[in-house]
Amino acid sequence: MSRKLSVVPLVGRSKVRKSTTERQGQASRHEMMWGPMGRYSVFAVAREAFRDHSGWTRAWGNPAPKKRYDAIIIGAGGHGLATAYYLGKNHGLRNVAILEKGWLGGGNTGRNTTIIRSNYLQDPSAAIYEKSRGLYEDLSQELNYNVMFSPRGVMMLAQTEHEIRGYKRTAYANALQGVTTEFISPERVKELCPIMEIRGPRYPVLGALWQPRGGTARHDAVAWGYARKCSEMGMDVIQQCAVTGIRSEGGKVVGVSTSKGDIDCDKLGVVVAGHSGHVADMAGFRLPVESVALQALVSEPIKPCMDVVVMANTVHGYMSQSDKGEMVIGGGADGFNNYTQRGSFHHIEETVRALVETFPMISRLKMLRQWGGIVDMTGDRSPILSKTPVEGVFINCGWGTGGFKAIPGSGWGFAELMVKGASPLTAEFGLERFKEGRFVDESVAAGVAH
Amino acid sequence: MLILTCPYCGVACDETELHPGGEAHLKRFGPDASDEDFEGYLFQRKNPRGVHFERWRHAYGCGKWFHAARHTVTLEVFGTYPAQVFEPPEKIRAAILAKLPDWETGA
Repeated sequence: MSRKLSVVPLVGRSKVRKSTTERQGQASRHEMMWGPMGRYSVFAVAREAFRDHSGWTRAWGNPAPKKRYDAIIIGAGGHGLATAYYLGKNHGLRNVAILEKGWLGGGNTGRNTTIIRSNYLQDPSAAIYEKSRGLYEDLSQELNYNVMFSPRGVMMLAQTEHEIRGYKRTAYANALQGVTTEFISPERVKELCPIMEIRGPRYPVLGALWQPRGGTARHDAVAWGYARKCSEMGMDVIQQCAVTGIRSEGGKVVGVSTSKGDIDCDKLGVVVAGHSGHVADMAGFRLPVESVALQALVSEPIKPCMDVVVMANTVHGYMSQSDKGEMVIGGGADGFNNYTQRGSFHHIEETVRALVETFPMISRLKMLRQWGGIVDMTGDRSPILSKTPVEGVFINCGWGTGGFKAIPGSGWGFAELMVKGASPLTAEFGLERFKEGRFVDESVAAGVAH
Repeated sequence: MLILTCPYCGVACDETELHPGGEAHLKRFGPDASDEDFEGYLFQRKNPRGVHFERWRHAYGCGKWFHAARHTVTLEVFGTYPAQVFEPPEKIRAAILAKLPDWETGA
């Protein structure tokens, strides 16, 4: 299925992987001994150790755009790359380009707090998030790229009586949905996370919703792993290529205009998170989406002190410890529309003030970095994976404050939607649900912290 | 830190004193409206990467609603004005055009 070498720009792509049958008879002795050059393994590390690491090739190509593709994905973040990957892997569609105006994974994929969980209340949400969490389990093997998935367990603290009731309801709903969660006692919370002060005084911990197979992953690696596999399948990942217009004829998409010229396509997937409204405007339709900045911060690295993810929705804060030792802290979103990727000071104060009460030991930590990402919020706090008024244009947006955890599942479902026109994973997340009043209402269950 | 001047009491308030109220000048549609109009009023938003007219309430001050014209990328504030209008006043439009000559009126 690989393309002819003559049309592949060789810059940054020293090898296009061929199928096993094509490779037979051509493989070098070296390859026969160690496997294809592109494959990462302990043997590859050993081999390179003996030759000054001179054999590592670029992980993905840097091609110039072709005139035409079967499908174009706008946005080379996690969701866009995952969509392209499953288009190729599940549906055999490999004449695909992924266009990115900045650099790969430089938006919210590289800005989130890397939490993965699927303890949602509504059935359609639980289905897509649990599919996603399941795919994360063996994503490193699948992509041959270490995404460092760490199912360390996620707990959502109940700090008011209402939250206890809410989380017990979610735990029962999850039991019916086949998502493993349980409601645990304050004592069990303390046992799982000894640095936590569970007695209050202001917000005592009254229990928690515990998902033992939730956790974290290395966010950049998820984008890089997918990009590498897409490139390997012969897809073009084109960075620094801003889409400036969407061309359609008779209500059907025919291509896009970009900063690198016009490119034709049969199908177009718009996967641009916070900038969805802007791109939809180019295609000529409006979205029920508003963009706000959501921010996060990390502390200086310290010794391992917390091996679970803790989310405290009442006080708007969530925290985990990265493998480097930094405490990764997420906070609230701005209340007003903006595209600043910065966030407001008072949200940091609010978040840290609350977390210091629950985790007294962090009061003396220095904070190293703070940043913001632009999240696209829908009215019911659930995503949109949908056809659009323009034939051939599909949109995947509205993940709001919780998109990272959904990357594999979203790509899986959205690819199926783009190829077949429908997918069981995305059926409930269509644009028409707003007109029909058929919301997937997660705003109470999960709208605050992700 | 976003600072807006309340047009009623003249206080320059930072965002912690204010409550954001979303896009301004929405045309309201009631029970007899078409599904499209009602959906548009309830959910669809301009969400521009640029000049945004929006509603704010001086929550920890006079308590009144007012409007602001603000750039969503630079956070530059072009001015604030009282809520009892259906479109941005001429003075605010002029202030925006003085800074952004390419800004299309009503965009």
